[in-house]
Amino acid sequence: MRRRLTPHVLAGLASAAVLVPIYLIALSALSARGEVSAWPKALLPRALSLETLTFFFGVRGVWLALGQSLVVAALTVVFAILLGAPAGYALARFRFAGKDAVRLVVLLTRAFPIAILTLPLAVRFIRLGLYDTPLGVALVHTALALPFAILVTASLFLGIPVELEEAAWTLGCTRPAAFRRIVLPLALPGLTAAAIFAFVISWNEVFAASILTLRHRTLTAYLLAGLNESPLYFRFAGGFFLIVPSLIFIFAVRRYLFSMWGIARR
Amino acid sequence: MRPSVPERGLPYLLLGPSLLFLVVFYAWPLLEAIRTAFTAEGTLGLGNFRTMAADLNFRTALRNTLLLVVSVVPIQLALALALGTLLGRTARGRDLYLYVWTIPLGVSDLAAGLVWLAIMGERGYLNTVLGALGLVHRPTLWLSYETPGVLFAAVVAAEVWRATAIVLVIVVAGMQLVPREYGEAADVFGATPWQRFRKVSLPLLKPSIQTALILRTILAFEVFAVVLTLGGRDLPVLMGEAYNWQYAYENTGVASALAVVILVLSLLATLVYLRLLRVREETIG
Repeated sequence: MRRRLTPHVLAGLASAAVLVPIYLIALSALSARGEVSAWPKALLPRALSLETLTFFFGVRGVWLALGQSLVVAALTVVFAILLGAPAGYALARFRFAGKDAVRLVVLLTRAFPIAILTLPLAVRFIRLGLYDTPLGVALVHTALALPFAILVTASLFLGIPVELEEAAWTLGCTRPAAFRRIVLPLALPGLTAAAIFAFVISWNEVFAASILTLRHRTLTAYLLAGLNESPLYFRFAGGFFLIVPSLIFIFAVRRYLFSMWGIARR
Repeated sequence: MRPSVPERGLPYLLLGPSLLFLVVFYAWPLLEAIRTAFTAEGTLGLGNFRTMAADLNFRTALRNTLLLVVSVVPIQLALALALGTLLGRTARGRDLYLYVWTIPLGVSDLAAGLVWLAIMGERGYLNTVLGALGLVHRPTLWLSYETPGVLFAAVVAAEVWRATAIVLVIVVAGMQLVPREYGEAADVFGATPWQRFRKVSLPLLKPSIQTALILRTILAFEVFAVVLTLGGRDLPVLMGEAYNWQYAYENTGVASALAVVILVLSLLATLVYLRLLRVREETIG
Protein backbone atom coordinates (compact mmCIF):
# COMPACT_ATOMS: atom_id res chain seq x y z
CA MET A 1 0.00 0.00 0.00
CA ARG A 2 2.77 2.40 0.90
CA ARG A 3 4.45 1.89 -2.45
CA ARG A 4 1.26 2.97 -4.20
CA LEU A 5 0.64 6.04 -2.12
CA THR A 6 4.09 7.62 -2.03
CA PRO A 7 4.09 8.88 -5.65
CA HIS A 8 0.77 10.60 -5.07
CA VAL A 9 1.97 12.17 -1.84
CA LEU A 10 5.08 13.53 -3.58
CA ALA A 11 3.12 14.64 -6.63
CA GLY A 12 0.64 16.35 -4.33
CA LEU A 13 3.44 18.19 -2.57
CA ALA A 14 4.90 19.33 -5.89
CA SER A 15 1.47 20.54 -6.98
CA ALA A 16 1.10 22.45 -3.72
CA ALA A 17 4.49 24.09 -4.31
CA VAL A 18 3.16 25.43 -7.62
CA LEU A 19 -0.30 26.38 -6.40
CA VAL A 20 0.30 27.86 -2.94
CA PRO A 21 2.27 30.90 -4.21
CA ILE A 22 -0.51 31.57 -6.74
CA TYR A 23 -3.08 31.26 -3.96
CA LEU A 24 -1.09 33.74 -1.85
CA ILE A 25 -0.87 36.41 -4.56
CA ALA A 26 -4.59 35.90 -5.22
CA LEU A 27 -5.24 36.34 -1.51
CA SER A 28 -3.15 39.53 -1.50
CA ALA A 29 -5.01 40.91 -4.49
CA LEU A 30 -8.42 39.98 -3.07
CA SER A 31 -7.86 41.55 0.35
CA ALA A 32 -8.56 45.11 1.40
CA ARG A 33 -5.76 47.61 0.82
CA GLY A 34 -4.94 47.94 4.52
CA GLU A 35 -4.33 44.20 4.77
CA VAL A 36 -1.04 44.60 2.93
CA SER A 37 0.65 45.96 6.07
CA ALA A 38 -1.09 43.59 8.48
CA TRP A 39 1.04 41.29 10.59
CA PRO A 40 0.55 38.45 11.11
CA LYS A 41 -1.38 37.97 7.90
CA ALA A 42 -4.51 35.87 7.52
CA LEU A 43 -3.62 32.73 5.58
CA LEU A 44 -7.24 31.79 4.97
CA PRO A 45 -9.64 33.83 2.84
CA ARG A 46 -11.73 35.10 5.76
CA ALA A 47 -12.17 38.71 4.70
CA LEU A 48 -12.16 38.85 0.92
CA SER A 49 -12.55 42.28 -0.59
CA LEU A 50 -12.50 43.74 -4.08
CA GLU A 51 -11.10 47.04 -2.81
CA THR A 52 -7.55 46.44 -4.03
CA LEU A 53 -8.62 45.28 -7.48
CA THR A 54 -11.14 48.11 -7.76
CA PHE A 55 -8.37 50.55 -6.94
CA PHE A 56 -6.06 48.87 -9.49
CA PHE A 57 -8.62 49.15 -12.27
CA GLY A 58 -9.54 52.64 -11.17
CA VAL A 59 -6.11 53.85 -12.29
CA ARG A 60 -6.38 55.22 -15.80
CA GLY A 61 -2.85 54.13 -16.73
CA VAL A 62 -3.76 50.51 -16.08
CA TRP A 63 -6.54 50.59 -18.67
CA LEU A 64 -4.34 52.29 -21.23
CA ALA A 65 -1.53 49.78 -20.61
CA LEU A 66 -3.97 46.87 -20.75
CA GLY A 67 -5.26 48.17 -24.09
CA GLN A 68 -1.69 48.43 -25.39
CA SER A 69 -0.89 44.90 -24.21
CA LEU A 70 -3.94 43.49 -25.97
CA VAL A 71 -3.24 45.33 -29.22
CA VAL A 72 0.43 44.26 -29.19
CA ALA A 73 -0.47 40.64 -28.39
CA ALA A 74 -3.17 40.53 -31.09
CA LEU A 75 -0.75 41.89 -33.70
CA THR A 76 1.89 39.38 -32.58
CA VAL A 77 -0.57 36.50 -32.95
CA VAL A 78 -1.60 37.60 -36.45
CA PHE A 79 1.99 38.13 -37.65
CA ALA A 80 3.34 34.95 -36.08
CA ILE A 81 0.62 32.72 -37.53
CA LEU A 82 0.47 34.35 -40.96
CA LEU A 83 4.26 34.11 -41.34
CA GLY A 84 4.84 30.93 -39.36
CA ALA A 85 2.09 28.61 -40.61
CA PRO A 86 3.16 28.68 -44.29
CA ALA A 87 6.76 28.09 -43.23
CA GLY A 88 5.66 25.22 -40.99
CA TYR A 89 3.65 23.75 -43.85
CA ALA A 90 6.68 23.95 -46.15
CA LEU A 91 8.87 22.18 -43.57
CA ALA A 92 6.24 19.47 -43.03
CA ARG A 93 5.27 18.74 -46.63
CA PHE A 94 8.22 19.36 -48.94
CA ARG A 95 11.69 18.01 -49.46
CA PHE A 96 13.90 20.78 -50.72
CA ALA A 97 17.49 21.88 -50.73
CA GLY A 98 18.43 23.86 -47.63
CA LYS A 99 15.69 22.40 -45.42
CA ASP A 100 18.09 21.40 -42.66
CA ALA A 101 19.71 24.82 -42.80
CA VAL A 102 16.28 26.42 -42.31
CA ARG A 103 15.60 24.21 -39.29
CA LEU A 104 18.98 25.12 -37.84
CA VAL A 105 18.39 28.84 -38.33
CA VAL A 106 15.03 28.58 -36.61
CA LEU A 107 16.56 26.77 -33.65
CA LEU A 108 19.54 29.14 -33.47
CA THR A 109 17.27 32.12 -32.92
CA ARG A 110 16.67 30.79 -29.43
CA ALA A 111 20.31 31.35 -28.50
CA PHE A 112 19.79 35.10 -28.91
CA PRO A 113 19.55 37.24 -25.80
CA ILE A 114 16.63 39.57 -26.20
CA ALA A 115 18.85 42.54 -25.37
CA ILE A 116 20.76 41.95 -28.62
CA LEU A 117 17.54 42.21 -30.58
CA THR A 118 16.02 45.10 -28.74
CA LEU A 119 18.77 47.68 -28.32
CA PRO A 120 19.60 48.29 -32.00
CA LEU A 121 15.91 48.21 -32.88
CA ALA A 122 15.16 50.89 -30.28
CA VAL A 123 17.53 53.24 -32.10
CA ARG A 124 16.24 52.31 -35.54
CA PHE A 125 12.59 52.51 -34.47
CA ILE A 126 13.03 56.11 -33.34
CA ARG A 127 14.12 57.01 -36.86
CA LEU A 128 11.33 55.00 -38.46
CA GLY A 129 8.63 56.41 -36.19
CA LEU A 130 7.97 52.96 -34.73
CA TYR A 131 9.32 53.78 -31.28
CA ASP A 132 6.64 53.86 -28.59
CA THR A 133 4.04 52.28 -30.92
CA PRO A 134 2.22 48.95 -30.48
CA LEU A 135 3.40 47.94 -33.96
CA GLY A 136 7.06 48.34 -33.00
CA VAL A 137 6.71 46.19 -29.88
CA ALA A 138 4.62 43.65 -31.78
CA LEU A 139 7.35 43.28 -34.43
CA VAL A 140 9.92 42.36 -31.77
CA HIS A 141 7.44 40.03 -30.06
CA THR A 142 6.79 38.41 -33.42
CA ALA A 143 10.51 37.80 -33.76
CA LEU A 144 10.32 35.93 -30.44
CA ALA A 145 7.13 34.02 -31.25
CA LEU A 146 7.83 33.22 -34.92
CA PRO A 147 10.43 30.43 -34.45
CA PHE A 148 7.99 28.84 -32.03
CA ALA A 149 5.10 29.18 -34.47
CA ILE A 150 7.15 27.64 -37.30
CA LEU A 151 8.16 24.57 -35.29
CA VAL A 152 4.72 24.12 -33.77
CA THR A 153 2.85 24.35 -37.06
CA ALA A 154 5.40 22.07 -38.74
CA SER A 155 4.70 19.36 -36.16
CA LEU A 156 1.00 20.06 -36.52
CA PHE A 157 0.96 19.60 -40.31
CA LEU A 158 3.17 16.52 -40.02
CA GLY A 159 0.41 14.99 -37.93
CA ILE A 160 -2.18 15.41 -40.67
CA PRO A 161 -1.83 12.54 -43.20
CA VAL A 162 -0.66 13.77 -46.58
CA GLU A 163 -2.89 11.09 -48.16
CA LEU A 164 -5.96 13.12 -47.26
CA GLU A 165 -4.60 16.01 -49.27
CA GLU A 166 -3.58 13.79 -52.16
CA ALA A 167 -7.07 12.31 -52.27
CA ALA A 168 -8.48 15.82 -52.62
CA TRP A 169 -6.06 16.59 -55.47
CA THR A 170 -7.06 13.47 -57.39
CA LEU A 171 -10.68 14.47 -56.94
CA GLY A 172 -9.90 17.73 -58.69
CA CYS A 173 -9.07 20.13 -55.88
CA THR A 174 -6.26 22.60 -56.47
CA ARG A 175 -3.54 22.70 -53.80
CA PRO A 176 -4.91 25.87 -52.14
CA ALA A 177 -8.47 24.49 -52.21
CA ALA A 178 -7.34 21.17 -50.74
CA PHE A 179 -5.49 23.05 -48.03
CA ARG A 180 -8.50 25.18 -47.22
CA ARG A 181 -11.06 22.37 -47.25
CA ILE A 182 -9.08 19.43 -45.86
CA VAL A 183 -6.00 20.55 -43.94
CA LEU A 184 -7.22 23.77 -42.37
CA PRO A 185 -10.23 22.33 -40.52
CA LEU A 186 -8.04 19.56 -39.12
CA ALA A 187 -5.27 21.98 -38.19
CA LEU A 188 -7.54 24.57 -36.59
CA PRO A 189 -7.28 23.39 -32.95
CA GLY A 190 -3.50 23.19 -33.22
CA LEU A 191 -3.29 26.57 -34.91
CA THR A 192 -5.38 28.00 -32.09
CA ALA A 193 -2.94 26.55 -29.59
CA ALA A 194 -0.02 28.08 -31.52
CA ALA A 195 -1.84 31.42 -31.53
CA ILE A 196 -2.40 31.20 -27.78
CA PHE A 197 1.29 30.53 -27.28
CA ALA A 198 2.19 33.59 -29.33
CA PHE A 199 -0.28 35.60 -27.25
CA VAL A 200 1.28 34.44 -23.97
CA ILE A 201 4.81 35.19 -25.19
CA SER A 202 3.77 38.74 -26.01
CA TRP A 203 1.57 39.27 -22.92
CA ASN A 204 4.43 38.23 -20.62
CA GLU A 205 7.37 39.93 -22.31
CA VAL A 206 8.94 42.67 -20.17
CA PHE A 207 12.37 43.76 -21.43
CA ALA A 208 11.68 44.67 -25.05
CA ALA A 209 8.35 46.26 -24.15
CA SER A 210 10.10 48.43 -21.53
CA ILE A 211 12.93 49.48 -23.83
CA LEU A 212 10.73 50.18 -26.86
CA THR A 213 7.98 52.23 -25.21
CA LEU A 214 7.79 55.39 -23.17
CA ARG A 215 4.25 56.73 -22.96
CA HIS A 216 2.37 53.89 -24.63
CA ARG A 217 3.48 51.15 -22.28
CA THR A 218 2.21 47.59 -22.26
CA LEU A 219 0.98 46.29 -18.93
CA THR A 220 4.26 44.57 -18.03
CA ALA A 221 6.31 47.64 -18.99
CA TYR A 222 3.90 49.88 -17.08
CA LEU A 223 4.15 47.76 -13.93
CA LEU A 224 7.94 47.51 -14.19
CA ALA A 225 8.38 51.26 -14.67
CA GLY A 226 6.22 51.93 -11.61
CA LEU A 227 7.83 49.32 -9.36
CA ASN A 228 9.52 51.84 -7.09
CA GLU A 229 6.66 54.33 -6.84
CA SER A 230 3.57 52.17 -6.70
CA PRO A 231 2.19 50.91 -3.37
CA LEU A 232 2.60 47.22 -2.57
CA TYR A 233 -1.10 46.37 -2.89
CA PHE A 234 -1.09 47.89 -6.37
CA ARG A 235 1.87 45.71 -7.37
CA PHE A 236 0.21 42.58 -5.99
CA ALA A 237 -3.00 43.33 -7.86
CA GLY A 238 -0.91 43.72 -11.03
CA GLY A 239 0.97 40.48 -10.44
CA PHE A 240 -2.28 38.61 -9.86
CA PHE A 241 -3.92 40.08 -12.94
CA LEU A 242 -0.89 39.15 -15.09
CA ILE A 243 -1.16 35.52 -13.98
CA VAL A 244 -4.89 34.98 -14.52
CA PRO A 245 -4.76 34.57 -18.33
CA SER A 246 -1.90 32.08 -18.10
CA LEU A 247 -4.01 29.73 -15.95
CA ILE A 248 -6.64 29.62 -18.67
CA PHE A 249 -4.17 29.51 -21.55
CA ILE A 250 -2.11 26.62 -20.28
CA PHE A 251 -5.34 24.71 -19.73
CA ALA A 252 -6.41 25.42 -23.31
CA VAL A 253 -3.11 24.34 -24.90
CA ARG A 254 -2.25 21.46 -22.56
CA ARG A 255 -2.80 18.84 -25.27
CA TYR A 256 -0.26 20.49 -27.52
CA LEU A 257 2.53 21.16 -25.02
CA PHE A 258 4.36 17.98 -25.89
CA SER A 259 3.90 17.81 -29.63
CA MET A 260 5.45 21.26 -29.60
CA TRP A 261 8.49 20.28 -27.66
CA GLY A 262 8.66 16.78 -29.08
CA ILE A 263 9.49 18.23 -32.44
CA ALA A 264 11.29 21.29 -31.21
CA ARG A 265 14.01 19.26 -29.58
CA ARG A 266 15.33 17.89 -32.85
CA MET B 1 3.37 12.47 -58.65
CA ARG B 2 6.24 14.51 -60.08
CA PRO B 3 6.12 18.11 -58.95
CA SER B 4 5.76 20.65 -61.71
CA VAL B 5 8.19 23.54 -61.89
CA PRO B 6 6.14 26.12 -59.94
CA GLU B 7 5.51 23.35 -57.42
CA ARG B 8 9.25 23.08 -56.80
CA GLY B 9 9.47 26.78 -55.99
CA LEU B 10 6.53 26.59 -53.59
CA PRO B 11 8.43 25.72 -50.38
CA TYR B 12 10.73 28.69 -50.90
CA LEU B 13 7.73 30.91 -51.53
CA LEU B 14 6.12 29.70 -48.30
CA LEU B 15 9.32 30.05 -46.27
CA GLY B 16 10.47 33.32 -47.80
CA PRO B 17 8.51 35.80 -45.67
CA SER B 18 9.47 34.06 -42.41
CA LEU B 19 13.14 33.87 -43.29
CA LEU B 20 13.20 37.48 -44.41
CA PHE B 21 11.59 38.48 -41.12
CA LEU B 22 14.10 36.48 -39.11
CA VAL B 23 17.02 38.02 -41.01
CA VAL B 24 15.71 41.55 -40.46
CA PHE B 25 14.97 40.96 -36.75
CA TYR B 26 17.88 38.70 -35.79
CA ALA B 27 20.82 38.99 -38.19
CA TRP B 28 20.61 42.75 -38.62
CA PRO B 29 20.24 43.59 -34.90
CA LEU B 30 23.08 41.17 -34.08
CA LEU B 31 25.51 42.92 -36.44
CA GLU B 32 24.24 46.33 -35.41
CA ALA B 33 24.55 45.53 -31.68
CA ILE B 34 28.14 44.34 -32.16
CA ARG B 35 28.96 47.45 -34.19
CA THR B 36 27.38 49.70 -31.53
CA ALA B 37 29.18 47.88 -28.73
CA PHE B 38 32.56 48.40 -30.39
CA THR B 39 31.95 52.03 -31.32
CA ALA B 40 32.42 54.63 -28.62
CA GLU B 41 32.11 58.33 -29.48
CA GLY B 42 32.37 57.64 -33.16
CA THR B 43 35.58 55.60 -33.03
CA LEU B 44 36.02 51.87 -33.28
CA GLY B 45 37.42 50.32 -30.14
CA LEU B 46 36.83 48.90 -26.69
CA GLY B 47 35.69 52.20 -25.15
CA ASN B 48 32.21 50.91 -24.24
CA PHE B 49 33.61 47.76 -22.70
CA ARG B 50 36.04 49.85 -20.64
CA THR B 51 33.20 52.07 -19.41
CA MET B 52 31.19 48.94 -18.65
CA ALA B 53 34.01 47.24 -16.72
CA ALA B 54 34.87 50.43 -14.82
CA ASP B 55 31.33 50.64 -13.49
CA LEU B 56 31.22 49.50 -9.87
CA ASN B 57 28.15 47.38 -10.45
CA PHE B 58 29.54 45.40 -13.37
CA ARG B 59 31.64 42.89 -11.44
CA THR B 60 28.85 42.30 -8.95
CA ALA B 61 26.35 41.93 -11.78
CA LEU B 62 28.57 39.43 -13.59
CA ARG B 63 29.17 37.47 -10.42
CA ASN B 64 25.51 37.46 -9.42
CA THR B 65 24.38 36.37 -12.87
CA LEU B 66 26.86 33.50 -13.00
CA LEU B 67 26.00 32.44 -9.44
CA LEU B 68 22.30 32.48 -10.29
CA VAL B 69 22.86 30.34 -13.38
CA VAL B 70 24.91 27.71 -11.54
CA SER B 71 22.42 27.65 -8.64
CA VAL B 72 19.15 27.69 -10.55
CA VAL B 73 19.82 25.45 -13.56
CA PRO B 74 21.03 22.31 -11.72
CA ILE B 75 18.12 22.53 -9.26
CA GLN B 76 15.71 22.81 -12.16
CA LEU B 77 17.19 19.84 -13.99
CA ALA B 78 17.16 17.66 -10.87
CA LEU B 79 13.58 18.68 -10.07
CA ALA B 80 12.41 18.11 -13.64
CA LEU B 81 13.97 14.63 -13.74
CA ALA B 82 12.45 13.77 -10.36
CA LEU B 83 9.01 15.05 -11.34
CA GLY B 84 9.19 13.35 -14.74
CA THR B 85 10.04 10.02 -13.10
CA LEU B 86 7.28 10.55 -10.58
CA LEU B 87 4.83 11.15 -13.41
CA GLY B 88 5.72 7.76 -14.85
CA ARG B 89 4.54 6.14 -11.62
CA THR B 90 1.20 7.88 -11.27
CA ALA B 91 -1.26 6.39 -13.71
CA ARG B 92 -4.28 8.11 -12.22
CA GLY B 93 -4.14 11.88 -11.93
CA ARG B 94 -1.26 12.13 -14.39
CA ASP B 95 -2.97 14.71 -16.60
CA LEU B 96 -4.00 16.81 -13.63
CA TYR B 97 -0.48 16.82 -12.15
CA LEU B 98 1.01 17.72 -15.49
CA TYR B 99 -1.42 20.59 -15.95
CA VAL B 100 -0.67 21.98 -12.50
CA TRP B 101 3.09 21.63 -12.91
CA THR B 102 3.10 23.40 -16.26
CA ILE B 103 1.01 26.38 -15.10
CA PRO B 104 4.19 28.45 -14.45
CA LEU B 105 4.99 28.15 -18.19
CA GLY B 106 2.50 30.94 -18.70
CA VAL B 107 3.72 33.11 -15.84
CA SER B 108 6.00 36.02 -16.73
CA ASP B 109 9.19 36.72 -14.80
CA LEU B 110 7.65 40.01 -13.66
CA ALA B 111 4.57 38.27 -12.23
CA ALA B 112 6.74 35.58 -10.62
CA GLY B 113 8.80 38.30 -8.95
CA LEU B 114 5.64 39.94 -7.60
CA VAL B 115 4.32 36.60 -6.32
CA TRP B 116 7.49 36.01 -4.34
CA LEU B 117 7.48 39.61 -3.16
CA ALA B 118 4.11 38.88 -1.53
CA ILE B 119 5.70 35.88 0.18
CA MET B 120 9.13 37.21 1.10
CA GLY B 121 8.27 40.87 1.76
CA GLU B 122 8.63 42.45 5.19
CA ARG B 123 4.95 41.92 5.96
CA GLY B 124 4.65 38.91 3.71
CA TYR B 125 3.42 35.40 4.25
CA LEU B 126 6.82 33.93 5.10
CA ASN B 127 7.17 36.21 8.10
CA THR B 128 3.63 35.31 9.18
CA VAL B 129 4.51 31.60 9.11
CA LEU B 130 7.86 32.18 10.83
CA GLY B 131 6.05 34.28 13.43
CA ALA B 132 3.50 31.54 14.07
CA LEU B 133 6.37 29.11 14.57
CA GLY B 134 7.97 31.50 17.01
CA LEU B 135 11.06 32.00 14.84
CA VAL B 136 10.63 35.75 14.39
CA HIS B 137 8.91 38.16 16.74
CA ARG B 138 8.36 41.11 14.45
CA PRO B 139 8.15 41.59 10.66
CA THR B 140 11.70 41.07 9.44
CA LEU B 141 13.17 42.66 6.35
CA TRP B 142 14.57 39.89 4.13
CA LEU B 143 14.85 41.48 0.72
CA SER B 144 17.52 44.07 1.39
CA TYR B 145 21.19 44.56 0.71
CA GLU B 146 21.81 43.77 4.37
CA THR B 147 20.63 40.20 3.86
CA PRO B 148 22.12 39.39 0.45
CA GLY B 149 21.97 35.66 1.09
CA VAL B 150 18.22 35.64 1.64
CA LEU B 151 17.64 38.02 -1.25
CA PHE B 152 19.63 35.69 -3.50
CA ALA B 153 17.70 32.67 -2.20
CA ALA B 154 14.42 34.45 -2.89
CA VAL B 155 15.45 35.04 -6.51
CA VAL B 156 16.49 31.38 -6.82
CA ALA B 157 13.15 30.29 -5.35
CA ALA B 158 11.19 32.51 -7.74
CA GLU B 159 13.20 31.30 -10.76
CA VAL B 160 12.88 27.64 -9.78
CA TRP B 161 9.17 28.11 -9.18
CA ARG B 162 8.61 29.88 -12.49
CA ALA B 163 10.92 28.20 -14.97
CA THR B 164 11.28 24.55 -13.98
CA ALA B 165 8.19 23.79 -16.06
CA ILE B 166 10.00 24.33 -19.36
CA VAL B 167 12.70 21.82 -18.38
CA LEU B 168 10.01 19.41 -17.20
CA VAL B 169 8.13 19.59 -20.50
CA ILE B 170 11.26 18.90 -22.54
CA VAL B 171 12.34 16.05 -20.25
CA VAL B 172 8.88 14.45 -20.19
CA ALA B 173 8.65 14.74 -23.99
CA GLY B 174 11.94 12.83 -24.11
CA MET B 175 10.71 10.23 -21.63
CA GLN B 176 7.72 9.52 -23.84
CA LEU B 177 10.08 8.48 -26.62
CA VAL B 178 11.84 5.89 -24.44
CA PRO B 179 10.16 2.51 -24.97
CA ARG B 180 8.51 1.18 -21.81
CA GLU B 181 10.10 -2.25 -22.38
CA TYR B 182 13.59 -0.95 -21.54
CA GLY B 183 12.56 -0.10 -18.02
CA GLU B 184 10.61 -3.33 -17.66
CA ALA B 185 13.64 -5.29 -18.82
CA ALA B 186 15.72 -3.59 -16.12
CA ASP B 187 13.08 -4.58 -13.54
CA VAL B 188 13.14 -8.20 -14.73
CA PHE B 189 16.89 -8.31 -14.21
CA GLY B 190 16.41 -7.04 -10.67
CA ALA B 191 17.60 -3.45 -11.04
CA THR B 192 16.77 -1.11 -8.15
CA PRO B 193 14.74 1.99 -9.09
CA TRP B 194 17.91 4.08 -8.76
CA GLN B 195 19.90 1.73 -11.03
CA ARG B 196 17.06 1.75 -13.52
CA PHE B 197 17.03 5.55 -13.53
CA ARG B 198 20.81 5.86 -13.63
CA LYS B 199 21.61 3.17 -16.22
CA VAL B 200 18.50 3.11 -18.41
CA SER B 201 16.51 6.35 -18.30
CA LEU B 202 19.32 8.87 -17.94
CA PRO B 203 21.47 7.80 -20.93
CA LEU B 204 18.41 7.64 -23.17
CA LEU B 205 17.35 11.09 -22.04
CA LYS B 206 20.67 12.70 -22.91
CA PRO B 207 19.42 14.53 -26.02
CA SER B 208 16.45 16.00 -24.11
CA ILE B 209 18.63 16.96 -21.17
CA GLN B 210 21.04 18.67 -23.52
CA THR B 211 18.25 20.68 -25.17
CA ALA B 212 16.72 21.60 -21.84
CA LEU B 213 20.05 22.69 -20.35
CA ILE B 214 20.98 24.83 -23.33
CA LEU B 215 17.61 26.55 -23.49
CA ARG B 216 17.31 27.08 -19.75
CA THR B 217 20.87 28.32 -19.29
CA ILE B 218 20.51 30.89 -22.07
CA LEU B 219 17.30 32.14 -20.46
CA ALA B 220 18.93 32.15 -17.02
CA PHE B 221 21.66 34.51 -18.26
CA GLU B 222 18.84 36.91 -19.11
CA VAL B 223 17.34 36.92 -15.62
CA PHE B 224 15.88 40.38 -15.19
CA ALA B 225 12.39 41.24 -13.96
CA VAL B 226 12.41 38.72 -11.10
CA VAL B 227 15.52 40.36 -9.69
CA LEU B 228 14.20 43.88 -10.21
CA THR B 229 10.91 43.17 -8.42
CA LEU B 230 12.52 41.41 -5.48
CA GLY B 231 15.69 43.37 -4.95
CA GLY B 232 15.62 46.49 -7.08
CA ARG B 233 19.28 47.27 -7.65
CA ASP B 234 20.41 45.62 -4.44
CA LEU B 235 21.19 42.52 -6.49
CA PRO B 236 22.64 43.77 -9.79
CA VAL B 237 22.51 41.36 -12.75
CA LEU B 238 23.81 41.80 -16.32
CA MET B 239 20.43 42.23 -17.95
CA GLY B 240 19.34 44.74 -15.32
CA GLU B 241 22.51 46.74 -15.94
CA ALA B 242 21.85 46.68 -19.70
CA TYR B 243 18.35 48.00 -18.98
CA ASN B 244 19.74 50.78 -16.79
CA TRP B 245 22.42 51.85 -19.25
CA GLN B 246 19.83 52.06 -22.00
CA TYR B 247 16.87 53.38 -20.07
CA ALA B 248 18.29 55.51 -17.26
CA TYR B 249 21.68 56.63 -18.67
CA GLU B 250 20.56 56.54 -22.33
CA ASN B 251 23.88 55.01 -23.35
CA THR B 252 23.13 52.42 -26.03
CA GLY B 253 26.84 51.75 -26.56
CA VAL B 254 27.47 50.38 -23.07
CA ALA B 255 24.07 48.64 -23.02
CA SER B 256 25.05 46.89 -26.27
CA ALA B 257 28.42 45.93 -24.77
CA LEU B 258 26.51 44.22 -21.94
CA ALA B 259 24.26 42.50 -24.47
CA VAL B 260 27.36 41.21 -26.26
CA VAL B 261 28.71 39.88 -22.94
CA ILE B 262 25.42 38.04 -22.36
CA LEU B 263 25.53 36.63 -25.90
CA VAL B 264 29.12 35.42 -25.50
CA LEU B 265 28.27 33.76 -22.18
CA SER B 266 25.24 32.06 -23.78
CA LEU B 267 27.32 30.77 -26.67
CA LEU B 268 30.07 29.52 -24.35
CA ALA B 269 27.53 27.67 -22.21
CA THR B 270 25.98 26.11 -25.32
CA LEU B 271 29.39 24.91 -26.52
CA VAL B 272 30.16 23.43 -23.12
CA TYR B 273 26.88 21.50 -23.10
CA LEU B 274 27.36 20.28 -26.67
CA ARG B 275 30.79 19.03 -25.75
CA LEU B 276 30.02 17.53 -22.33
CA LEU B 277 26.81 15.83 -23.37
CA ARG B 278 27.87 14.76 -26.83
CA VAL B 279 24.98 12.89 -28.41
CA ARG B 280 25.87 10.13 -30.84
CA GLU B 281 23.65 10.02 -33.91
CA GLU B 282 22.22 6.57 -33.22
CA THR B 283 20.91 7.55 -29.79
CA ILE B 284 18.77 10.38 -31.11
CA GLY B 285 15.16 9.24 -30.62
